[in-house]
Amino acid sequence: MAAPTRMTIAEARKALKAKKISSAELTDAHLKAMEATRGLNAFITETPERARADARRADAVLAKGEGGSLEGIPLGIKDLFCTEGVLTTAGSHILDGFKPPYESTVSAKLWQAGAVMLGKLNMDEFAMGSSNMTSYHGAVKNPWRKKGANSDLVPGGSSGGSAAAVAARSVMGATATDTGGSIRQPAAFTGTVGIKPTYGRCSRWGIVAFASSLDQAGPIARTVEDAAIMLQAMSGHDPKDSTSADLPVPNFEAAVERGVKGLRIGIPKEYKLDGAPKEIQDLWEQGIAWLKEAGATPVDITLPHTKYALPVYYVIAPAEASSNLARYDGVRFGLRVPGKTLDEMYENTRAAGFGAEVKRRILIGTYVLSAGYYDAYYLRAQRVRSLIARDFTEAYKQVDAVLTPATPSAAFAIGEKMDDPIAMYLNDVFTVTANLAGLPGISVPGGLNTDGLPLGLQVIGKAFDEETVFAVGRALEKAANFTALPEGMA
Amino acid sequence: MSLDKDTVRKVATLARIKVPDSDLDHMAKELSGVLGWIEQLNEVDIAGVQPMTSVAQMRLKMRADEVRDGGDAEKVTQNAPEGAHGFFVVPKVVE
Amino acid sequence: MSALIKEQTGEWEVVIGLEIHAQVISKAKLFSGAATAFGAEPNTQVSFVDAGFPGMLPVINKYCVEQAIKTGHGINGTVNPVSVFDRKNYFYADLPQGYQISQYQQPIVSGGTVILDMPDGSTRKIGVTRLHLEQDAGKSLHDQHPSQSYIDLNRSGVALMEIVSEPDMRTAEEAGLYIKKLRSILRYLGTCDGNMEEGSLRCDCNVSVRKPGQPFGTRTETKNVNSVRYVMQAIEYEARRQIEVIEGGGEIKQETRLFDPGKGTTRPMRSKEHAHDYRYFPDPDLLPLELDPAWIEQVKRGLPELPDERKARYISEYKLTPYDAGVLVAEQETAQFYETVAKGRDPKLASNWVTTELFGALNRTNKAIQDSPVSAKALGGLIDLISDGTISGRIAKEVFEAMVETGKEAAAIVEEKGLRQVSDTGAIEKAIDEVMAKNQDKVAEYRSGKEKLLGFFVGQTMKATGGKANPGVVNELLKKKLAG
Repeated sequence: MAAPTRMTIAEARKALKAKKISSAELTDAHLKAMEATRGLNAFITETPERARADARRADAVLAKGEGGSLEGIPLGIKDLFCTEGVLTTAGSHILDGFKPPYESTVSAKLWQAGAVMLGKLNMDEFAMGSSNMTSYHGAVKNPWRKKGANSDLVPGGSSGGSAAAVAARSVMGATATDTGGSIRQPAAFTGTVGIKPTYGRCSRWGIVAFASSLDQAGPIARTVEDAAIMLQAMSGHDPKDSTSADLPVPNFEAAVERGVKGLRIGIPKEYKLDGAPKEIQDLWEQGIAWLKEAGATPVDITLPHTKYALPVYYVIAPAEASSNLARYDGVRFGLRVPGKTLDEMYENTRAAGFGAEVKRRILIGTYVLSAGYYDAYYLRAQRVRSLIARDFTEAYKQVDAVLTPATPSAAFAIGEKMDDPIAMYLNDVFTVTANLAGLPGISVPGGLNTDGLPLGLQVIGKAFDEETVFAVGRALEKAANFTALPEGMA
Repeated sequence: MSLDKDTVRKVATLARIKVPDSDLDHMAKELSGVLGWIEQLNEVDIAGVQPMTSVAQMRLKMRADEVRDGGDAEKVTQNAPEGAHGFFVVPKVVE
Repeated sequence: MSALIKEQTGEWEVVIGLEIHAQVISKAKLFSGAATAFGAEPNTQVSFVDAGFPGMLPVINKYCVEQAIKTGHGINGTVNPVSVFDRKNYFYADLPQGYQISQYQQPIVSGGTVILDMPDGSTRKIGVTRLHLEQDAGKSLHDQHPSQSYIDLNRSGVALMEIVSEPDMRTAEEAGLYIKKLRSILRYLGTCDGNMEEGSLRCDCNVSVRKPGQPFGTRTETKNVNSVRYVMQAIEYEARRQIEVIEGGGEIKQETRLFDPGKGTTRPMRSKEHAHDYRYFPDPDLLPLELDPAWIEQVKRGLPELPDERKARYISEYKLTPYDAGVLVAEQETAQFYETVAKGRDPKLASNWVTTELFGALNRTNKAIQDSPVSAKALGGLIDLISDGTISGRIAKEVFEAMVETGKEAAAIVEEKGLRQVSDTGAIEKAIDEVMAKNQDKVAEYRSGKEKLLGFFVGQTMKATGGKANPGVVNELLKKKLAG
């Protein structure tokens, strides 16, 4: 039997059932790993006592031969998910001291399935960022480093804490959210698997909102199978979320080993970027070859409006965010900075409570919705969004899924790109289209670059067809046989 | 589109974020940069294209008219930075 | 009141449009499951959705939608099969989300008409532009602390229908009639209780003035005026103020004003001084509200008889005057009361009794018709006694007063007090003989042609019989006897 922190969720489940290990042991091993990797700053709040109590409860259930699909499995929760009685900050100063009196639907489902909570994971403030540099609680370090180099790299973002903790083996899996790539990009940067399901698959209830029409929860895990196990537990219709899909949740686990024989895989020419590193292109071609070997047929397709996806995103997401973040006003929760008048109190609180990137996006969002600019920016962006979604609808007439690189580069150094917002935004160039079209997308590690850093491949599926996404992801995972481990792990 | 300082000030006021005058220039430049980049959307032919508000292809569900929430003022106010007698408290407002 | 105000520079026309916020009758709020009852302890009817907590999402209450559909039909509007909820963004202490969920470009109801019943019996049509659903805000209390305002979110998220009229009204009186009529319709429909004191019906008055025939002037909006009387006062004041400003060479500023009920004046609202820009956009937490056309029709078929239809029926069926019919149908309870009284009886007599004696008694005792000391059945019983000649109309008034005081049935009072009308000609003749004997001089005058004295003799005879003599019989016999 592998060491507890080297097991996958699937392996640990078997071991727990077979009583080869207890949840208490599994949990303690991960709590130790969490302590040992504190330098990564992956956690905002550690909840060891809660974890041990959860584990005891799980062991009691397991002893009776019962238990849910994640019974006794220690997980980390992105700090964007409201957890009842446990500090929830969304990586922001403005939510100082906020202990939600409620539990998000997705995390509640995980606890129902028997999972153990290790703590709340660091993230870009309000999920706005691609480097985890914007967190009020400080940057997260990627457990990976360039071969022979000492400088710290970003884990990607916004789910940087989730990705770093999974990569560092301090959690068996983590919840994350993805508005423009915030699951898939950090997964790619850390050699982990991350899936953003179809919009509406996971309830948004109790998840601090960034951009409501784009936000989706999903897991980051060590393997495709683990991601499927987690997503299975996280998914399902929630009457408390009007945008949650009232559809049955397929058996994702069963789909993982389905194979790709006969599948037609779209290769969109627009994802071949001028000036992108050769290693990205090489990996993509390798991925195509792997799928071909596994029996799939690559098909050249076009997604003509791809280049407009990021600008569309940077209108729609800030617009929605500017409104979603209006509730942080110092009145009912979180930070308050006094002022002589109500407006002064608002302005002081929000100036002190929000970081630079959040302010930038609120101002952009406010501007694009304001009188005289709404049509030129917001309405136009929504129309182009229709075209981007239509591109996929057209493509899916010929193919079953789309294969692309997950990111335009490997992880970069902490502090890099901070003075150039647009350069930072370009991190999401391959991932943001799936959000705009509401489609499921997975990032699977495809290999290491010459610096020894992981690179990811992305599979985008049809709406509510996560099964094919998992199957293709698994085929890539198998072919890549990615076994490398980061040096910064426990 | 290049934003001037006054516009940034106006937008910041609308968003209730205090921006020191010394930051206005820098912010105007930065926001102008982002908006300028966004303006590549003007190349796209959007004639006859419907705006997309949501990707959710379904009908809005409605709930029954039942009281099943509220009733716990303590829970609602316990996170408030300031409160009194069960109320939230803010600096005095003159209407 | 004339539609035109005459001032130094000649005649002015006042142009009035009203925005009514009507609180929807429902158990739970528009987008949350918290209760809507009035008067609860602060923040006890607040869900985390209403308080704008992180991650909270709106789910729409079907019954509130149905209420809006009903109201749309009730004002003869078009119920739109697709409408859209938008966010109206602004910061205010009692607006926890930082936006109000409302309907901006695509409301649930478009168009409509409210028919005013004018005092002269004529009618006047006022157009309704739209009706949309939106959330109410919370309540700020500014008078509890010298330097702080207190916020209660109980009202936050309660469903409102905003009903916007066309600028079709020209006098404060019309505005008053409009509110009353709309309130009557809402109450008939059961979609709003119309209680202005508790804030379940609130009115914003848009007022401008112009010289007749000229384009509309700049308007001001006076907010949250909470009684019909105040609405009329606010409009009168605002119209006169605007005329004064313009005649003084000034200009009207488009602004939001606040009514001061103590002074009967309006003043600019400080909190609205900032130029606002609501940045409406479709709420991404909700989808378009799509209504099944069959449901829209089904709701329409289930509508109760509304005041206008009922009035028409009273005029055609009961032959009432338009004015009386209008008065009786204004409140559903009155109409029901009236119909119980009128059933199987003379409808005009019933109308007279309800609109004069009963209304008089209710006014004096300051009671609503639901709490009337005389029930509809009891009033019917009294009218029956008049119709079958048991008592005269005059005695009936006395009996009615006793009914108001004691709550007893008319028949019991008549028996108790011995008020039964005397139609026995023998007894009446005896009384007449006595009266004539006592007033021989007057008899002579009468006979010499002063026939006006008949009234005197009737009075004396009635007095002699304690008012119980049947006036018809008295008249007939007197005429015969006086004729000699």
